[in-house]
Amino acid sequence: MMGIPDLSPLALSLRVAVLSTVLVFLFGTALARFLGRRDFPGKSIAEALILLPLVLPPTVVGFGLIMLFGLNGPVGRLLEDWFGIRIVFTWVGAVIASFVVSLPLMYQSAQGAFEKVDPRWEDVARTMGVGEWRIFRTVTFPLAWPGILAGLVLAFARGLGEFGATLMIAGFIPGETVTVPLAIYFSYEAGRTGEAAFWVVLITLLGLAAITWLNGRRRKTARLRGRE
Amino acid sequence: MNEMLKAVFNKKLPDFELAADFSMDREIVAIVGPSGSGKTTFLNCLAGIADPDAGTIVLDGRTLFGKGRTVKIRDRQVGYLFQDYALFPHMTVRGNILFGLPGKPEPPHVTELTGLLGIRGLLGKYPREISGGEKQRTALVRALAMKPRLLLLDEPFSALDDATRIKCREELMRIHADWKIPVLLVTHSMDEARRVATRIVKIEKGRMDELPAGPALLS
Repeated sequence: MMGIPDLSPLALSLRVAVLSTVLVFLFGTALARFLGRRDFPGKSIAEALILLPLVLPPTVVGFGLIMLFGLNGPVGRLLEDWFGIRIVFTWVGAVIASFVVSLPLMYQSAQGAFEKVDPRWEDVARTMGVGEWRIFRTVTFPLAWPGILAGLVLAFARGLGEFGATLMIAGFIPGETVTVPLAIYFSYEAGRTGEAAFWVVLITLLGLAAITWLNGRRRKTARLRGRE
Repeated sequence: MNEMLKAVFNKKLPDFELAADFSMDREIVAIVGPSGSGKTTFLNCLAGIADPDAGTIVLDGRTLFGKGRTVKIRDRQVGYLFQDYALFPHMTVRGNILFGLPGKPEPPHVTELTGLLGIRGLLGKYPREISGGEKQRTALVRALAMKPRLLLLDEPFSALDDATRIKCREELMRIHADWKIPVLLVTHSMDEARRVATRIVKIEKGRMDELPAGPALLS
């Protein structure tokens, strides 16, 4: 009979997903706002690069990250030489993999959310002598929040479920880099089907909880906002 | 005549060019014209939301646009009441009105205006909880809260029923008599223009022409 498995994959998955979601929130929102407002040569290329991980196999993303952050990669060598920080085969690598694959989801959601905010609200605020940062904080962001929240939940779920890129850059080091999706794969491969099923049920419940919570929040926001 | 506002500028629009040649004193001037004739663009250029291609806009001796400078929207001191009011849906009536005065006590002129327009009982409510006439009054007080030097009203009465429209019109004229700032009112209704304004300027495909003062205006 199967005992309770080592729960470290759950703790690590949550740590990785939360950290990458925080980073994705900051970068995704800032990029969506910046690129949504400005036109410059190369903008479509910049947007394509952000969205690229959506259409690429995660293993390709993982390969690219190894080339960049590996010990012989330009960024990896720099971090190792200057700060003694190693990215490959550490949980930080898992955070970076989650960040890259979930950024497009956050970016698209935030961009759609900002586009829905009527620019007249911002113009009214400007006529009242209010600065751009305060307008963003108190008008644009709160009105875009339902869409940004949807992007956050998607990014969190994507980060939680990330497998291919994580395996390539962080590897399989029990207690160090094994997240829930990796635990499912390697438990099953080792013939521990019960343990794999445990993780499958757990991650399915987490996904369901996230979606249910998001839908509840959406309904609540719609009810509160109503029509202007 | 002392010119409070002088705006002479050009702006290319998709179908025609807006050629503005306009001046006014501390009066209420109505801009009339069909939809898509350039009325709102004219107001947007005065407020700084849109920039003319060339020309000058001078308000109370201060150049807002032209001569190599463009004053930012937030520094123009222009109050703007948008069509459909554009109240912030996530803020209360009080939050909307005092948005430009964060952390400051309610100034006396706001207390007076909210009392005059009968919306003091609504300060804690959200825009979705109040009627069209109440939204219009809220938006008017919000536009006046920062003590603007020019008030722009874009179709302010179009969404109101007849009785509310008449009341709101009277209130606007009363406020103008007290404040004595230039008020530019955009409307597609000639009747409304005649009832409120001291002068009427017609705008059609970007060309502005002042209509001769008729008996109704003179009275």
